[in-house]
Amino acid sequence: MADAPVLEIRNLGISLPVDAERKLAVEALNVAVGQREIVCLVGESGSGKSVTALAAMGLLPRGLKPVSGEILLQGEDVLKATPQRLRQLRCTRMSMIFQEPMTALNPVLTCGEQIDEVLRAHTQLDAAERRARVLAILRQVRIDDPERVIGAYPHQLSGGQRQRIVIAMALALEPVLVIADEPTTALDVTTQAQILTLIKDLQRQFGTGVLFITHDFGVVAEIAHRVAVMRHGQLVEYGPTEEVLKRPRADYTKMLIKAVPGMTPPARGEASSRPIVVSTTGLTKAYSEGGWLRKTRTISAARDVTLSVRRGETLGIVGESGAGKSTVARCIARLVDPSSGSVTLGGEDIARLSHVRLVPFRRKVQVIFQDPYRSLNPRRTVRQSLVEGPMNYGLPRDEALARAKGLLKLVGLDEAALDRYPHQFSGGQRQRICIARALAMEPELLIADEPVSALDVSVQAQVLDLIEDVRKRLDLAVLFITHDLRVAARVCDRVVVMRRGEVVEQGPTAELFRAPKQDYTRQLLAAAPGREWRFGETAAS
Amino acid sequence: MSALGETLPVAGAARRPAGTFARMAKSPGVMFGGAVLALMLLIALLAPVLGTIAPSAINPAARNKTPGAEITMRASDGTQTARSAWMGTDSLGRDVYSRVIYGARVSLIVGVAAAAVSVAIGLFFGLVAGYVRWLDGAVMRVMDGVMAIPGILLAIALVSLWGAGLATVIVAVAVPEIPRVVRLVRSLVLSIREEPYVEAAVALGTPVPLILLRHVMPNTVAPLIVQATFICANSILVEAILSFLGIGIPPDIPTWGNIMAEGRALFRLFPHIIFFPGVFLSLTVLAINIVGDGLRDTLDPRMVKRI
Amino acid sequence: MLAFLARRALATIPVLAMVAVFVFLMLRLTPGDPAAIIAGDNANTQQVDAIRAQLGLEKPLLAQFGIWIGKILQGDFGESFFFKKTVADLIAQRIEPTLALAIVTILLAVAVAVPLGVLAAWKQNSWIDRTVMALSVAGFSVPVFVIGYVLIYVFAIQLGWLPVQGYRSISLGFGQFIERMILPSITLSVIYIALIARITRAAVLEVLGEDYIRTARAKGLSDRQVLVHHGLRAAAVPIVTVIGLGVAVLIGGVVVTESVYGIPGIGRLVVDAVLARDYPTIQAVVMVFSVVYVALNLLVDLSYVFLDPRIRY
Repeated sequence: MADAPVLEIRNLGISLPVDAERKLAVEALNVAVGQREIVCLVGESGSGKSVTALAAMGLLPRGLKPVSGEILLQGEDVLKATPQRLRQLRCTRMSMIFQEPMTALNPVLTCGEQIDEVLRAHTQLDAAERRARVLAILRQVRIDDPERVIGAYPHQLSGGQRQRIVIAMALALEPVLVIADEPTTALDVTTQAQILTLIKDLQRQFGTGVLFITHDFGVVAEIAHRVAVMRHGQLVEYGPTEEVLKRPRADYTKMLIKAVPGMTPPARGEASSRPIVVSTTGLTKAYSEGGWLRKTRTISAARDVTLSVRRGETLGIVGESGAGKSTVARCIARLVDPSSGSVTLGGEDIARLSHVRLVPFRRKVQVIFQDPYRSLNPRRTVRQSLVEGPMNYGLPRDEALARAKGLLKLVGLDEAALDRYPHQFSGGQRQRICIARALAMEPELLIADEPVSALDVSVQAQVLDLIEDVRKRLDLAVLFITHDLRVAARVCDRVVVMRRGEVVEQGPTAELFRAPKQDYTRQLLAAAPGREWRFGETAAS
Repeated sequence: MSALGETLPVAGAARRPAGTFARMAKSPGVMFGGAVLALMLLIALLAPVLGTIAPSAINPAARNKTPGAEITMRASDGTQTARSAWMGTDSLGRDVYSRVIYGARVSLIVGVAAAAVSVAIGLFFGLVAGYVRWLDGAVMRVMDGVMAIPGILLAIALVSLWGAGLATVIVAVAVPEIPRVVRLVRSLVLSIREEPYVEAAVALGTPVPLILLRHVMPNTVAPLIVQATFICANSILVEAILSFLGIGIPPDIPTWGNIMAEGRALFRLFPHIIFFPGVFLSLTVLAINIVGDGLRDTLDPRMVKRI
Repeated sequence: MLAFLARRALATIPVLAMVAVFVFLMLRLTPGDPAAIIAGDNANTQQVDAIRAQLGLEKPLLAQFGIWIGKILQGDFGESFFFKKTVADLIAQRIEPTLALAIVTILLAVAVAVPLGVLAAWKQNSWIDRTVMALSVAGFSVPVFVIGYVLIYVFAIQLGWLPVQGYRSISLGFGQFIERMILPSITLSVIYIALIARITRAAVLEVLGEDYIRTARAKGLSDRQVLVHHGLRAAAVPIVTVIGLGVAVLIGGVVVTESVYGIPGIGRLVVDAVLARDYPTIQAVVMVFSVVYVALNLLVDLSYVFLDPRIRY
């Protein structure tokens, strides 16, 4: 790090549009990226980290304007560069890797064409030379069959392969600086691990400086040499990774790090003697598609799933996308009809009950969904949402209202919330309202389907605490769906690991995390970024 | 008994989502459209007191007068009055100004009624197709069939069968619009029913009719209002076309379309008979379209379809 | 791929069958004796009886439909008592001017509208964009015949540059043909241009907001490369779709335009038929236009295969 930095951001200020909540997206920011160095820019949503990245590339959206400072790329201020100069710099000296590889690639052009474009724009190579170069770079990003991938369209590749294509484009001309904006957030955990390794390896091989934007302290621990923590556009803390993670100085950093759940499950009480609330046997959900002049395909979203949840216990279902976690949950809640197998609730198999006969059972199972912005009807007040369920079951309006008020207090919201509309609340607050709406039914089983995935880590911790608290207080059975092993470790008594619709392994959380029996579980645990860091230990004590 | 020992403050005062009309009125285009539309409504309402005479009164002595000509009117009691026909007269000596003013009534009635008819029918079938899955196929195939017949042609065929009159023209103009409304409502229902808040309502044990009424329908209102505006504008145009072709509302009820139809034969000599109603018609439709665009931009910025 | 083409082509059959049912029922559900309605006001009893026998009116409705559709599939649309010809001959005679007008209009409209829409999207919120959008709304709002008469008044009557009305076949010389085609095709294209320009702008704007446009810019491509290689390519599907769907608007406009300019085409024919209460002709024209419309949109559907690799076949 003795060399001059490749990127130096000095006193950067970026203004927001006039009608925004605050005046500046980024304020007096000072960050530098040295040669062969990975600097992580961490923060929650709205911290200004992505805006900083886009400013460095000269890609700020309309309405955002740099108002002060400079961004020096090898000493040259890109904020003052002409559009022509910026175009020359892009990909040759600085490149960007984006968050969502599906949307970052043009769906109607082949991957080969899209990489080739970089070479055509910046080099004098002829077609054959360019093709050779594209093949070479594809091999460097560890694409197994580059000949095929060159002619493939993005939708024909997996998420991980797509992100490799984006990386290939970024590194094709060996720039001195790569800016990676949450490059693994949209990926499954095992793919994330591979991509992180790839970025680290390539960074070392090419000697690139990397500015890595993330919200995930696990990723920070995994990859960063230095960390810059941002909040509301301002730099909160800046230093070597070891220093910041182990001895954070700013209160905000301390809070953030404390909010990250640890990978070691805390000790929990034994629930095996409690009555079973819900159980499934051989639960299967198959979808068939196609038909008429088209091959019919049957896809099993869930196959032969057997599990049970006891009163007072949290059962986690973990797995990557497409594992069938949500399908199982939705079958149990009878939001979809299972194809076969049984769901036993209150001593009766409800898997095939008609919608009319299902009515008395509906009350017992309530669901909290992932996206708090879509789980409340935007045109109904909180009051209307909270009394709807109980009144469906014949509770008089004033009693339902009294219950709603009590529950609002329980989930930590003011009674004044009753007459407001969902858009007036933050994501965390909305999730509290959803919890209150579910509890108003006095359910026996609470299904939480990725309830904190859309929330920032600090809010995430609060909502997890609330669910834990509610479970204890009301002696509920909780079925907790998550892709995040840290979250599972924190709240689940037992865990079911799923993959491609099937149960891989299940057992008490502590045991499963300590000594996984199946290869896939081991892979999953090994892939969790920053697992050797003991996050959350302080929180648990 | 707060779970976390503290109660979180809730931001913002209690209020409905920010005023749609306040936001809309910011655009000068929408202001213009709204003003023109209000003016046309006033004209239609106040037609008898705007210095008009009976719009169908034939005056053989004052045929084909150019705008501004002085004409004498003979009332039934024999008294004569002089007036200036500032828009001229047609080949039967009828006062074009009076006909244009009264024509505003018919055009606006046709537009609003056709929009109401097609939205009401389309909403019903759209909800059915979107929520009752086994009826979806049948309803949509019928709608595809109607859509396959170009709209104006369908209206022409229907009017030719039912005979020309205000009611038949309204229905004939509304029918081709129904499938578009059905498609819109169906696609909205299909996306809304996947929303977690609808699934939550299912889990809360809310019966299907109430789910439709409480959770689905209110969220179709905004796009439907926008669609209704465009149907209204288009219906006024189609009515004018039918009347202009001589197959719409008969000339004893003046509409902008049939006034212009009167003017076709002598267009080279007396273009004013087509010019004046043409300006009124174009301005009105323009105003409705602008207001519709404004509504769409404020109510639903993502909705760009307009076919 | 072939299965995809076949599936799309077969999918049009129920649609056309539905159209046939409507057209058939239109007449049968009208109060009165269909035979008498078809024969027209001047027919005598023998003629009406002959038609009744020909249509099988004594048979059940389903059988009548069978007879009717069977004849149509053979190109027999019955006889026009008003024009004293078979309907098929009548349409064959009138198709050339309509076809010529439609083709010239489509070419003109696409050539004008797509560049305008792209330009408006590229320069979003500039005066160019605002002008294009304002003209587009105006294009939707001014009725076809008003545009037609204004153009006639200015260019034919006042300036005398072009003939007022009429049609001259292209086989009689391109000059005379195009001279008489200029005003009608401009008239007819206004609303079509308004429609295509608007959708093109919206489609390109949507694409320009996509992440992959940002990626393209991050690669250091020039604005023009981004717009042409990435923007227009990806926006092609909605643009082609609206060109197809807009044909419905175009067909409506043809009826009016032909009446205004005295062009002896199918549009004019249908108006004459309505005025003469000549139902077999009306039915036939509705069928023919619908088939053309459905066929064109089938072509549009098929073009997706080349425009969007994500289409599954």
